[in-house]
Amino acid sequence: MRVNITEYLAIDLEKETWECRVCDHEIFDARDNYKRGLLVHDRKLDEVHPHLIDPEKYEYTFCPDPKFTALLEYYCPSCGTMVETEYTVPGHPPARDIELDIDDLKRKATGWGVNGGEPEIPEWKSPRHHHGHK
Amino acid sequence: MNDLSENKQFAALSHEDRHLYEQFLVENQLFYGPDPEIMSNHGLSKRTGTEEKMLTSVLDMQRVSLVRGRLNSALEESFTMVEQMGVAPGAKWGDLVTAIFTSVGDMSQVAPHGIVVFASVCQYPIKFIRKYWENDPSVGIREGDGFIHNDSRYGNIHNTDQSLIFPIFYQGELICWIASTIHEGENGAIEPGGMPSIAESRFDEGLKMCPFKVVENFQIKRDLVNFLQNSVRDPKLQYADMKVKLHSLLRLRERVMAIIEEFGKDYLITTLRKTLEDTENEVRRRVAELPNGTVRINTWIDDDLREHVLAKIPISISVKDDKMTIDLRGASPELSNRSTNVCAASMKTCLLTNLVLYCWPDLPKNQAVLSAIEVLTDKNSMIDSSPEAPNAMSLLPIFQCFSLPSTIYAKLAYCLPKRYSAINANHYNQPATFVYGGLTQHEEVTGNFCADINGNGSGARENADGEHGISPVFGYMTDTGEMELAEEELPFIRLVAQQLAKDRVGAGKYRSGMGYEQISTVKGSNEFGFMSGQSGAKHPSAYGCFGGYGSPAYPLAKIKNIDVLEILKNQPESFKFSMVDLMNEQRYEGGEYTVQSALNFEICNPGEIYMICQGAGGGYGDVLERTPAMVLKDVEEKLISPDYARRIYKVVFDEKKFIVDEDATKKLRQDEREVRKQRGIPFDTFVASWVKDGPADDIPYFGSWDDHRKLIATPPAGNRYVMDADNIKGVMMSNPKDRKIKDLQMENAALKKRLEAIGG
Repeated sequence: MRVNITEYLAIDLEKETWECRVCDHEIFDARDNYKRGLLVHDRKLDEVHPHLIDPEKYEYTFCPDPKFTALLEYYCPSCGTMVETEYTVPGHPPARDIELDIDDLKRKATGWGVNGGEPEIPEWKSPRHHHGHK
Repeated sequence: MNDLSENKQFAALSHEDRHLYEQFLVENQLFYGPDPEIMSNHGLSKRTGTEEKMLTSVLDMQRVSLVRGRLNSALEESFTMVEQMGVAPGAKWGDLVTAIFTSVGDMSQVAPHGIVVFASVCQYPIKFIRKYWENDPSVGIREGDGFIHNDSRYGNIHNTDQSLIFPIFYQGELICWIASTIHEGENGAIEPGGMPSIAESRFDEGLKMCPFKVVENFQIKRDLVNFLQNSVRDPKLQYADMKVKLHSLLRLRERVMAIIEEFGKDYLITTLRKTLEDTENEVRRRVAELPNGTVRINTWIDDDLREHVLAKIPISISVKDDKMTIDLRGASPELSNRSTNVCAASMKTCLLTNLVLYCWPDLPKNQAVLSAIEVLTDKNSMIDSSPEAPNAMSLLPIFQCFSLPSTIYAKLAYCLPKRYSAINANHYNQPATFVYGGLTQHEEVTGNFCADINGNGSGARENADGEHGISPVFGYMTDTGEMELAEEELPFIRLVAQQLAKDRVGAGKYRSGMGYEQISTVKGSNEFGFMSGQSGAKHPSAYGCFGGYGSPAYPLAKIKNIDVLEILKNQPESFKFSMVDLMNEQRYEGGEYTVQSALNFEICNPGEIYMICQGAGGGYGDVLERTPAMVLKDVEEKLISPDYARRIYKVVFDEKKFIVDEDATKKLRQDEREVRKQRGIPFDTFVASWVKDGPADDIPYFGSWDDHRKLIATPPAGNRYVMDADNIKGVMMSNPKDRKIKDLQMENAALKKRLEAIGG
């Protein structure tokens, strides 16, 4: 049985492996950090967040400051899908962002159906505020 | 007598004498400060006798349902009254609430359009009133009484919000409480507008109303109001909105009394309690659906509104069966003389808000959403600050708490076959708005804020793009008001009111909603100015989800020493209605062009220009998965430039005809995936070379690094040090102006020395 954990990550509960949902590549041991099976790139910030204000003239440009920010991109080594991004501080240990109890997941997933089925997502219409002059 | 000898003497007392001693201390307390027992408990109180009796007998659920419905209508009515009559800008734009509480003060039901967090924090002052004033012969709690409150240390988000709180009696018995809260704005703080960025102590924060009685026999006591009016810059506002809250609560009281008459007091009491218990049980049930495990994120605030800091706020959510724990330990220590700290009680209600707005929006909006959840913090950290630490701009850390839990909750909830809301990336989470103050064109002194944080962009969702300028991070039902109305009362003009500007999006398979840009100037007053308490100019505030990108970093900008009103009169064609163009082109000779992070209050001379931008939320999913048609629509709507579409989304298209070259796009995207595989490094290899033992020496870092029990502090112009998370001492920061003066003095001395050397 395979359970979808994120947009691009699934866990094969029999094999106990993280897998890429785009190309089915086996990423890593499901009881370990999935990031260990991915490729990482410290992305140059202005490639993603362009300097809208001239950096020659000003300190602030809408692009984050590379001394204060690092953008780590995580790719599937098989298909190159960007599985996750992590905004952090240069040199800071990357977060182990998902740490699941696989045995508990197995128990719960039994009642969910294969791949969790198509999830039921309510169409939530947030109440709109209309300011009037009554 | 030192502590040790006092403890020994206390230990030697008999049980009766100890009780007598403790009773004496309670009755002879010199000052009733914030009560740690009340402020540290976000759980539900024990059932009262009536609640226990009714909830253990057979209830008529149809009556309970009818009471709930009637309360909902009554709360909506009173909310509308406050909104229609309220004088504060916040009231006009929806930053208010009315709510009803159990007799012991638990918040049970909130007006359907109200700000949940405002009501949630009111539980604390009610519990204070019951504990300290009920049996005090000089105060007491009687029919017709009303209590006012604003001090966050007794339970509030920040001191700019004011609450009026009423007990409701029936035949002499205290049945419940009702309250109305408005973001009032002005409160007599060191800067106008109620949210002082430069507050260095709690005594710079203006009015500090611990709960006290200001209404007797349903009448506002004018002597006390006069005192309050005398303490703020906008005395008319202070009185007017107290009257508005009083009358909305009187109407709400009428409705509640009618419910009691029709359904009986026991059914009202029981409904209020049952709503809470039902909610708590449902939260536990939903938590138990999630897989056991832990999900985490590290976040940082890049400013304390006086200087740049990099203050960490890590958040993790752990689930073990039906128990959820939110852990914020390892956060920055409190900054003892900066305004960006927050009390834990306030912060917790923000976590509640996040859960009820972004994770479980179908749940009743009451305090039981959080009561089943454990929250861990370090005492004296930025998010659990001591009563002495200033917290007037607590918005910076609490906006993180308003927005971030849902981002990591997504990593537990995505696997569920039934979700209660779509997974969403961060809503933008900075209070990027103009706070203003000074003398108006009508010769009146004022101070308040614009409701532009109500126009933040939302995060992208797993099945849709985010929405532009939709709401503040803490509520979805607010408005941003009409500028023409503000311009009638205030001497500032929006040259650009609400304009979406290009290439400031959280990109992804689904993109975020965008915030809007504003350009303002002053007209008709020489004593009027602005402040803006935002951070996020160096480190993005809103992060992406599942491979989406975060928001850009947002600075603000200004052009001093020009008169744009004259420019618009004499050479209107020269003016570009765009922050980027104005700042890059620098067309106006003599103008002083500045781009900066936060803005402390300063005078804006007539015709000078101040510019800010609301932020975008985070994007969702890989940018290469966004359909070319959606990318082109973004280009067509001028949300992104053609260059951005090509560089970020890798879409090839004809700019004139807006036709996508499908084959070329497919190839470009596949090429990009191959490039990623080439440039990516295996994680363990990357970590071995990239991760450092600590932050770079020149970064003003605060909070944990790799060990959340060790907290780093780097006061500016001071030495970095590490403290134990169990024994945090607030960090005293030097005055930025003193540092600048010292630097200039040193530079001056060096230049003098060089001159002497040349001369000699």
